[in-house]
Amino acid sequence: MAAIFQGVGAAAALPSSPSYSFDSNKSVFSPRRSFSVRKGASFAVVRSDGTVNLNPKDRRAQLLISNAVATKADSAAASSSSKPGHELLLFEALLEGLEEEMERDPHVCVMGEDVGHYGGSYKVTKGLAKKFGDLRVLDTPIAENSFTGMGIGAAMTGLRPVVEGMNMGFLLLAFNQISNNCGMLHYTSGGQFTIPIVIRGPGGVGRQLGAEHSQRLESYFQSIPGIQMVACSTPYNAKGLMKAAIRSENPVILFEHVLLYNLKERIPDEDYICNLEEAEMVRPGEHVTILTYSRMRYHVMQAAKTLVNKGYDPEVIDIRSLKPFDLFTIGNSVKKTHRVLIVEECMRTGGIGASLTAAITENFNDYLDAPIMCLSSQDVPTPYAGTLEEVTVVQPAQIVTAVEQLCQ
Amino acid sequence: MATAFSVPKFAAQPFNPISPTSQQKPLIFPTAASPFLGSTRKLLHLSSSSQLNLRRRSSGSVFAVSDIVKEKKSTSIPSLLITKEEGLELYEDMVLGRAFEDMCAQMYYRGKMFGFVHLYNGQEAISTGFIKLLKQQDSVVSTYRDHVHALSKGVPARAVMSELFGKTTGCCRGQGGSMHMFSSEHNLIGGFAFIGEGIPVATGAAFSSKYRREVLKEADCDHVTLAFFGDGTCNNGQFFECLNMAALWKLPIVFVVENNLWAIGMSHLRATSDPQIYKKGPAFGMPGVHVDGMDVLKVREVAKEAIARARRGEGPTLVECETYRFRGHSLADPDELRDPTEKAHYAARDPITALKKYLIENNLSGEAELKAIDKKIDELLEDAVEFADESPLPPRSQLLENVFADPKGFGIGPDGRYRCEDPKFTEGTAHV
Repeated sequence: MAAIFQGVGAAAALPSSPSYSFDSNKSVFSPRRSFSVRKGASFAVVRSDGTVNLNPKDRRAQLLISNAVATKADSAAASSSSKPGHELLLFEALLEGLEEEMERDPHVCVMGEDVGHYGGSYKVTKGLAKKFGDLRVLDTPIAENSFTGMGIGAAMTGLRPVVEGMNMGFLLLAFNQISNNCGMLHYTSGGQFTIPIVIRGPGGVGRQLGAEHSQRLESYFQSIPGIQMVACSTPYNAKGLMKAAIRSENPVILFEHVLLYNLKERIPDEDYICNLEEAEMVRPGEHVTILTYSRMRYHVMQAAKTLVNKGYDPEVIDIRSLKPFDLFTIGNSVKKTHRVLIVEECMRTGGIGASLTAAITENFNDYLDAPIMCLSSQDVPTPYAGTLEEVTVVQPAQIVTAVEQLCQ
Repeated sequence: MATAFSVPKFAAQPFNPISPTSQQKPLIFPTAASPFLGSTRKLLHLSSSSQLNLRRRSSGSVFAVSDIVKEKKSTSIPSLLITKEEGLELYEDMVLGRAFEDMCAQMYYRGKMFGFVHLYNGQEAISTGFIKLLKQQDSVVSTYRDHVHALSKGVPARAVMSELFGKTTGCCRGQGGSMHMFSSEHNLIGGFAFIGEGIPVATGAAFSSKYRREVLKEADCDHVTLAFFGDGTCNNGQFFECLNMAALWKLPIVFVVENNLWAIGMSHLRATSDPQIYKKGPAFGMPGVHVDGMDVLKVREVAKEAIARARRGEGPTLVECETYRFRGHSLADPDELRDPTEKAHYAARDPITALKKYLIENNLSGEAELKAIDKKIDELLEDAVEFADESPLPPRSQLLENVFADPKGFGIGPDGRYRCEDPKFTEGTAHV
């Protein structure tokens, strides 16, 4: 089955293996053309059986969703044009963003395991070593702590490395360097050295990958001062966040998700970035604010379909910036709906949801009509068995129940 | 000097380990009475297994440099290793290091600085021997015992002393402290509190240098990085991982082990299966060199070759300098475990006394001139302490600066503005 996945209503089976429809011609990227492009993505819901959902109510919801991708940095005057951009998969969007930045600035380099000749375990760096050379796209030995530290040292001496953790979980081995050096050295040196490094990689719960390959490191890293964390969820924001992260003078950790690499979307041809500190309004609504990020966005949108059918009007925000939180977008939403549901993939204890709950309570307590609900993964090591794994993460049905509960 | 590291000839490495149970027996070292140059180790009879080891072909060679120097000396008219200017420069640098550390101890006990302070007394030969050969653009990466590395690299004593006092005029604005000396102007890249975590950073700096040369085509970029660390660090994973990467990519770096035989209270011999650290170099494909770290001239000779090697693009070198710290691990260390005989032995090999003797015996300088240098350093330090005393403490507004290079990283507040635009932020009273 051709794997075509859209932002709305992802079909049940997201493949974890790279059996994607990949046009090899896409690897040669056309130069940017400067004409105005309708900002935002166009979506169509294609079910796994091939039928397209043309339910009017859904269609309205779809239209709302597709046109509502609007954030400060990338909202533009609505303009229609004959050429609406180009279509690609999320990993290709990351690759495109990375490649454009490497062309733009020769100081940008990539380091990681199998990023060079192998093209990256999820093909995010495919073709780059051939184009830019083995030193600029460096295949490292299996020594996360040391090559992350090496990236930090290179960043301090003028380069702009993009360090890949083959799986985010492996970066646990680099915690020393990420916490002590990446986060702190700008401060302890009194501002003398900047560390414009990007640390990226796939994390999250995949398809029966086992406990250690299914970790959510954003919860462990969130206390480190001096770093920014962002999570991408669509090809559009993946490319935008990748570029913004590379251009940022701060160390940025970019969280990708193992199951989202094959999402397809039409993105603009022109150069754009996504603001690192902003959240993304996915679907405006009135009844309840649902805050989410990464893969859970799709579970939320699937639940949103059901909720809309039941007469609810959820506002869905992809927080995107895990550290710091965009309290403006979130706050405005809370002030409008007065109910908050957080849906995340982190563990219940000490996750991003826990911090977000605290931040919202601290800042917007007066606007809440009900206690904040936070749906997180269970505090268990992710089991291998599919049935158990399904139960450790939040499923759309739980989201629907939670909203119904909140809106009583 | 011929590239000692390429000749596959080995001189034996006599290192007579103190067995943990017999702390009373001193090391077999030459006594203080033996001549300064040419002090060498006694050749140990090698066991057959280590003989096999040595004969194995490897890309790096292992030498005790003192032997090389000795060979040179016996075949030709004694030629001096340094000129007068160089000699005085070395002397002044070592005296600065020693006097500074002594002043630190004084200031600490007077309550002017706090926390963990690790002093370098006794190891000056390594810092001076290596760092005085560097250009300004070369980088130095150190550990928590970094005051003297900073001074040798050219960071003014005033800046270092202020940093120790926690004043805003310190080299890191008072935000780093004793264990985090940084100077972008002098390319001193830390100061690290955890052992071993500076070595990958040093590897990264060396990578940058290679990158500039090969990718950015800055053809004359031959910056070298020196990574200093101790014997305890040599059992840490980051050390081995970086030896591998540096040799793999032929990075312009020199790994300098300051083996002072003790990691706080842990004797090197009790912690290490094979205490001869320089031998670990050839295992990764780089030369490993052992040198007497109490002799600044020997260190300098080895350093010259190692740095030249790196500059030529031939890759890294592992240099093990046998040295000793005259004080405890830090000012909080009662230093009860070390044998007084061992301490006395090394005290007799004080590098500054030795250099002084060399300069005088070879008519490079006289007592008066050297005493003048001592006095100059004393005055410099008095000035540094005065400067640090009079400098202001960091104001509250400094709290939130420098957390991010781009303060937008603090995010967007509930009012829609970036938090860094909040006036409370610049006052340091905002809660982020």
